[in-house]
Amino acid sequence: MNVLVNGDVTEIGPGSTLADVLAARGVPERGVAVAVSGEVVPRAQWRSTALRDGSVVEVLTAVQGG
Amino acid sequence: MDDLVIAGRKFGSRLIMGTGGAANLAVLERSLVASGTALTTVAMRRLDAGGGPGVLALLERLGIEALPNTAGCHTAAEAVLTARLAREALETDLVKLEVIADDRTLLPDPIELLDAAEQLVDDGFTVLPYTNDDPVLAQKLADAGCAAVMPLGSPIGTGLGIRNPHNIEMIVAAAAVPVVLDAGIGTASEAAQAMELGCDAVLLATAVTRASDPEAMATAMKLAVESGRLARGAGRIPRRYWAHASSPAPDQ
Repeated sequence: MNVLVNGDVTEIGPGSTLADVLAARGVPERGVAVAVSGEVVPRAQWRSTALRDGSVVEVLTAVQGG
Repeated sequence: MDDLVIAGRKFGSRLIMGTGGAANLAVLERSLVASGTALTTVAMRRLDAGGGPGVLALLERLGIEALPNTAGCHTAAEAVLTARLAREALETDLVKLEVIADDRTLLPDPIELLDAAEQLVDDGFTVLPYTNDDPVLAQKLADAGCAAVMPLGSPIGTGLGIRNPHNIEMIVAAAAVPVVLDAGIGTASEAAQAMELGCDAVLLATAVTRASDPEAMATAMKLAVESGRLARGAGRIPRRYWAHASSPAPDQ
């Protein structure tokens, strides 16, 4: 099945968790935040969050601005 | 200089800096150090959209607290989600709330702004809203529980200074929370003016980061904010129509 991670179509295996997808992209543990389909998923829940076909994952960090 | 206090937190500088527009992190670092700032804004963007976590590491190393903003959000819903992501990523409940009406003026959308402020205050955030120079809206934001109000001097990035000083004075006169002049500052005299009008702090980015010599302008802004604060406290003389000799009358 496919999920969208920061706009990229990403194929994942059945039973993949959010933590698996983030690890595959090399997302660091600190300084980032993740939303799945418009809801913030706290770091402590990355391992227990299952993804569905079509899930929209956004991974954000702080950049220069303001 | 006495500390700036927002929601019970003390900050050792009344100049809040932004990080946007700096040519690179080395220039940004020298500017931040020269400004003496204790609180500095960052934006939230996709991890792979460029920039990376470099700016956070820089702020941590310099001992400057990060103030995440909701720049680029056009609706209350977008701003609330961005604020929640910032809280998760930066482990702070501070948020500079921006809800912009359109990309040409970058002026705040007052309806969406107040809606977002109410939701974020309910959610436990320390909300610092970027607002219009409208005393009525500023009062409503303060009444909603915002920890400060941050009226614009003029639109973001214009460097047009404080276009309506009287409105800023009215906001200061009515405010039970700190007032931070946010946006529009172009040069040091305007930062001093904001403080002379009674603002508690000044927030600026472009005036420093896009100056020909950002480090020198950062120093100028630091001194201007301190100077304006001192002048405000010192009590200016009344304005007079006719001259008033400062030397004794000539001997007859």
